[in-house]
Amino acid sequence: MKKIIMKRSLAIEIKGLRKTYAGGTKALKGLNLSVEEGDFFALLGSNGAGKTTTIGILTSLVNKSAGKVHVFNYDLDKDINAVKSQIGVVPQEFNFNVFEKVIDIIVCQAGYFGVPRKIAEKRAEEILKALDLWDKRNKVSRSLSGGMKRRLLIARALIHKPKLLILDEPTAGVDVELRYGMWKYLKELNKEGMTILLTTHYLEEVEQLCKNMAMIREGKVIAQGSVQELLKSLEKQSYVLEVYNNEKAQKQIMEVEIAANESITALIQKLSEKGILVNDIQPKTNRMEQLFLKLLK
Amino acid sequence: MIWIPFTTLLRKESTRFLRIWSQTLLPPVINQSLYFIVFGSFIGSQVSDINGVSYMAFLVPGLVMMSVINSSFSNVVSSFFGNKFQRSIEELMVSPTPNSVIIAGYASGGVLRGIIVGTLVFMISFAFVRPNVEHLLIVILFVFLTALVFALGGLVNGIFAKKFDDVSIFSTFILTPLTYFGGVFYSIRDLPIFWQNISKANPILYMIDGFRYGFYGQSDFDIRLSISLLIAFTIILVALNAHLLKKGLGMRS
Ligand SMILES: Nc1ncnc2c1ncn2[C@@H]1O[C@H](COP(=O)(O)OP(=O)(O)OP(=O)(O)O)[C@@H](O)[C@H]1O
Ligand SMILES: [Mg+2]
Repeated sequence: MKKIIMKRSLAIEIKGLRKTYAGGTKALKGLNLSVEEGDFFALLGSNGAGKTTTIGILTSLVNKSAGKVHVFNYDLDKDINAVKSQIGVVPQEFNFNVFEKVIDIIVCQAGYFGVPRKIAEKRAEEILKALDLWDKRNKVSRSLSGGMKRRLLIARALIHKPKLLILDEPTAGVDVELRYGMWKYLKELNKEGMTILLTTHYLEEVEQLCKNMAMIREGKVIAQGSVQELLKSLEKQSYVLEVYNNEKAQKQIMEVEIAANESITALIQKLSEKGILVNDIQPKTNRMEQLFLKLLK
Repeated sequence: MIWIPFTTLLRKESTRFLRIWSQTLLPPVINQSLYFIVFGSFIGSQVSDINGVSYMAFLVPGLVMMSVINSSFSNVVSSFFGNKFQRSIEELMVSPTPNSVIIAGYASGGVLRGIIVGTLVFMISFAFVRPNVEHLLIVILFVFLTALVFALGGLVNGIFAKKFDDVSIFSTFILTPLTYFGGVFYSIRDLPIFWQNISKANPILYMIDGFRYGFYGQSDFDIRLSISLLIAFTIILVALNAHLLKKGLGMRS
């Protein structure tokens, strides 16, 4: 009888990762992380926690000091080119040649990944159109605005159709409208099967996009799990309500605190039974922010 | 998986120097024209023939070679350092392009610029003299190998360079003096023995000498020695570049 081995396939598997920089800074101190194929994963942590260092090691820009890294089961130590082929990366800082044209930057990047020029040019058109950069294709990258430069980084990361997209603070300095557009685009890519790993300091982004997350602190993962589950672990949630009291015929602001597993609708119902109508509800603090702070405690 | 990244790099490198042709192609052409006029015409008319060749004709291979050496070297060093400085070198580092292809791509860009500049300077010389070409294959072999050696040298310099000053230091303090003392303007046979012997330690002397052999069929050294020297330099520099790229010197922390 054949035995069927159900093997969970992992996009990223990191074990005991350590990095000590030349100056002596210990950026990673035994980091463990697994990201499943198809996941939309958030890597969170304060400034200097080690997020960019982790991404640097995954993308061969930083040499690790110790530990094991697998990407889609390819071992970084043995099969570095196979690992590189799977990944598209959007770095935290702009790193394209400012004298080159948008289209050249993208088509060249495809060439480095072995994509024939004809195919790369066709793909570049699709991607640049999707990211609203097609009109700028013949401009030198220096002349783009900050938000356009971010999108150029995304376009460049996608041109070789990577299975794993890694974005290091992709929405830093991007305006609200554009950010929503970017989210939509990333969601679509994820739906089509691309595994996405993202770091961000906008916690709303995590709630909107990510299925799972890990929290890094001082070079170690201190929490990992589903975003929804972790949010549930919050004990209390505060809301600010704008209410209208029928009897007194006046507006009032009130603050309530309810257990996280209770629903706010029940409260609204209770209030209305007493003749108090709720005009507006705002969470007092962002839930993700609360979670972030709680995990860091 | 090797051909596409290679042609991509070569195309990118050649687009770069063609785009900024007024900084990359024009200056050597103007410089060498001045040498032809001042040294070849004005001074040359008062200098006796060297090894039976007029001074102007003697100058042509030397001035062509000088422009090839400078152009191939500086093309690679400035392009590579520029990409390192702007961090666009990371585009290559995250890709599966093997280091051998990175070396080949940058070196070919330098060789191409060297040969284009060399050809332009050679064409300029027609305005002054019609140089004789005795062994065309030798001419091509020497120009190619010399351009290759200096393109590879430029890559080593580019990898080591940490700031803009480092880009020109080698060229100013080592390459230019060696070229001037490398027999562009004179045959070392006309030097006192002491200086002849010192000159023999200068590799550029052999390159220019061998190149000149291709034109006039006469050389101060055995050209087989000169070719072996060029091949040895090529091998050493390829190995050195491969080693430095593997270490990711100045690129990977
Ligand atoms: N090239 C480097 N050389 C030396 N130390 C470095 C280098 N890069 C990062 N570090 C150090 O490693 C630690 C982790 O930095 P890293 O950039 O990974 O943090 P991060 O989580 O990405 O932070 P941020 O949210 O600010 O981007 C920091 O202490 C930082 O100073
Ligand atoms: Mg960072």
